[in-house]
Amino acid sequence: MEKLPKWADAFLVPLVSVFIAFSISGLVILAVGEDPIAALRVMIDGALGSTYGWGYTLYYATNFMFTGLGVAVAFHAGLFNIGGEGQATLGGLGVALVCLFIPWPHWSLALCAAIVSSALFAALWAAIPAWLQAKRGSHIVITTIMFNFIAASLLNYILVNQLRPKGSMDPASARFPQATNLPGLDQVLGLFGIPFSSKTPANISLIIAMICCILVWFLIWHTRLGFAIRAFGKSEKAAVYAGINPVRITLYAMIISGALAGLMAVNTVQGEANRLLLNSVEGAGFIGIAVSLMGRGHPFGVFLAALLFGFLYQGGAELALWTKIPRELITVIQALVILFTGALDQMVRRPIEITFALFKKKEH
Amino acid sequence: MNSSDILGRQETAAPSLPLAIELRGISKAFGTVQANKDISIQVKAGTIHGIIGENGAGKSTLMSILYGFYKADEGQILIKGIPTIIPDSQSAIRAGIGMVFQHFKLVQNFSVLENVILGAEDGALLGPSFTRARNVLADLSAEYDLDVDPDAVVENLSVGHQQRVEILKALYRQAEILILDEPTGVLTPAEANHLFRILRGLKAQGKTIILITHKLREIMDITDHVSVMRQGQIVSSLETSETSPQDLAERMVGRKVLLQISKSAPNYGDEVLRVEGLTLHDEQGVERLSDVAFSIRAGEILGIAGVAGNGQSHLLEVLAGIRNAQGRAFLKSEVLNLTGKSANAQSRRAMGIAHIPEDRQDMGLIMDFMAWENMGLGYHNDPLYQHNRWFMNNDALLDETAAKMDRFDVRPPIPTLAAKNFSGGNQQKIVVAREIERVPDVLLIGQPTRGVDIGAIEFIHQQIIALRDAGKAILLVSVELDEIMSLSDRIGVMFDGHLMGVKDATQTNVNEIGLMMAGIAPPQEGII
Repeated sequence: MEKLPKWADAFLVPLVSVFIAFSISGLVILAVGEDPIAALRVMIDGALGSTYGWGYTLYYATNFMFTGLGVAVAFHAGLFNIGGEGQATLGGLGVALVCLFIPWPHWSLALCAAIVSSALFAALWAAIPAWLQAKRGSHIVITTIMFNFIAASLLNYILVNQLRPKGSMDPASARFPQATNLPGLDQVLGLFGIPFSSKTPANISLIIAMICCILVWFLIWHTRLGFAIRAFGKSEKAAVYAGINPVRITLYAMIISGALAGLMAVNTVQGEANRLLLNSVEGAGFIGIAVSLMGRGHPFGVFLAALLFGFLYQGGAELALWTKIPRELITVIQALVILFTGALDQMVRRPIEITFALFKKKEH
Repeated sequence: MNSSDILGRQETAAPSLPLAIELRGISKAFGTVQANKDISIQVKAGTIHGIIGENGAGKSTLMSILYGFYKADEGQILIKGIPTIIPDSQSAIRAGIGMVFQHFKLVQNFSVLENVILGAEDGALLGPSFTRARNVLADLSAEYDLDVDPDAVVENLSVGHQQRVEILKALYRQAEILILDEPTGVLTPAEANHLFRILRGLKAQGKTIILITHKLREIMDITDHVSVMRQGQIVSSLETSETSPQDLAERMVGRKVLLQISKSAPNYGDEVLRVEGLTLHDEQGVERLSDVAFSIRAGEILGIAGVAGNGQSHLLEVLAGIRNAQGRAFLKSEVLNLTGKSANAQSRRAMGIAHIPEDRQDMGLIMDFMAWENMGLGYHNDPLYQHNRWFMNNDALLDETAAKMDRFDVRPPIPTLAAKNFSGGNQQKIVVAREIERVPDVLLIGQPTRGVDIGAIEFIHQQIIALRDAGKAILLVSVELDEIMSLSDRIGVMFDGHLMGVKDATQTNVNEIGLMMAGIAPPQEGII
């Protein structure tokens, strides 16, 4: 029989994990001589206390949704795609190329082109390790990590030698034309009469990320490809028995995974910076792994986890700004959240399972 | 104690024999699962005591407690009347208990001698240990008909010989009580007979033997007493002479069972499947199938007997499209491609070849998938289960699963329950339902009843016979010789990748098949 009811598995376990992570973080803050309650208040105020704070939180969350979904799709196929970072880097290149070199009459067309281009670039970047794993047996964890470095070097080369405007000392592309600038979240929400700060980087990409959550949900649980991906991910032998081609599924899953990670560039490169920077991904590819783990690979879970990590990112920045707590401490908090929701899942789960079992016994 | 009356009867029946082992009220729970519940057994010294029960009845847990792998939650172990605590296997060995596991624990590239002294070396230098062990082995071999070359490397020994090494290991450690867990699962009938001879010899020398098995025939053949386990409890303790296979089966299952399969005379149609010159080299380049040829007619069950690992699994996988191979195969008059793009499971299914794989937990089912998802495994591209080009119709699959679970009496009949939460028998029923309900022209079956409870075995056998009677061709691979003998119309035997021959089931017998399983062909009557 199932040990835990579904709601407890999906919500209670992660919530308890987060609570423990926060408690330990509180002790750490206490140890550096600060007040944890005050620190939490600063974080909540800074990240959620104003539409300005929300703007940043949602901007970060958008990134994490894309990369988290990417990791989740690969994970359903039993593939551990650690290459979100590199794939998003290549996605950025895709965005920059269409925005820089094609004169777009309207942002909506530029957005469509950027979506296609970023997804394509990132998908191709993910397809190489996928092909190497499927055909040559090179382990995808190793190859995707290595491809992160290659992507970084490649971008460095292209920015410095190709895209850098003449005379600029900055390894970054030129600014994109005004027509490619995406509407901010304030403009989107303004359509519904909801006031929102116009000074934040949050933009329409959030809507795209949420649509992607829904699409991924359909893909995984309501399409033949999703069925094949999940079957392959759970048991390669059973998948082959069912006539599912492992090479094809590995490629498809990684292409979709890479494309999702690549879409993140629409948010950062086109939505925020309006030019291609050297490090526009800023570790979001790796956070995506934690987001996916915490979200249990479910798009809705990824959505919620992305919000949590968006909050941690923005709240952490505020913490560094307004308190004497060093910025590094926020990394500690994030690490604790990852540790408890990912690695130490069983430690939290067992006691909850036992509690549930006890209650069940009493009922009977 | 619920079995005290039976125990009392035993003691009066043979008061002279002291007890080698007595278990008193042993209980063991894993989480909420009660694996052993208040188990009390008395094993008399110098007897062979059988413990029989279906998979999951708690036999292995009980023996693991006795051998110090698990600690019992409650209860007491008495060895030769002395309460003993067994915290680990070293203590079990010191207490005189030896264990022969189903999966041998031998170092493959060590010699027999090295394996025997491993863990029982005395002193820093190996020389004296070897000399001593060599002498002891020579004595043991002579005494118990346990002839094994002490210098042979284990990986070169047959399975039967490896098992003898395990027994020698236990005897070398001066085991007085020998526990054997499903010892005949990997043996040919001749090897099994030899093993039984050895066990009788050990008994004659005053050793006590506990034999764990699910095979009724073995219990009847060799044991003096038998304890029947069901759902973690001892339901009966009997003198073997006072029971019968039918009686034991009913005690194991808890209801009436049919041991004999009723099967009408075959009504053959045209040839459906023909295989010629089938040869397969595996990833390591080892030849797994050599020049295998046979054919199956409509309305026929061709049984493939053989000790596990002689190429039967590969044969099934080749025909099911999971592996490529050389040779020719024809379905009716159509060519089956054994290599290339169309050599995959999906196109085989499209041609009408269904496959119940040997390993349902690894291949036939996805344990984390729900029953309905498993029902779609291999058929997920079927137009029946699609809304349109893009979306699957999960509800259609759910409804169909519910109907199939009902027809095949899968319990519990919950399509949304994950496969891992069903018992072995019910898991197998899900696979059988999925493959048989499609009414394929050819059904490939591997080990249809491995790890399946008796009640489900009966049901699955009936389904296979029904498909044959509906005029379909069936290839049945099983290591259970009884199953092959009772279901097949013709019987082929595989040995080392060769098909040793195909016999009409009505014109052969266990001895002939057994000899072929050992690689002896052409077979002659009356050697065993």
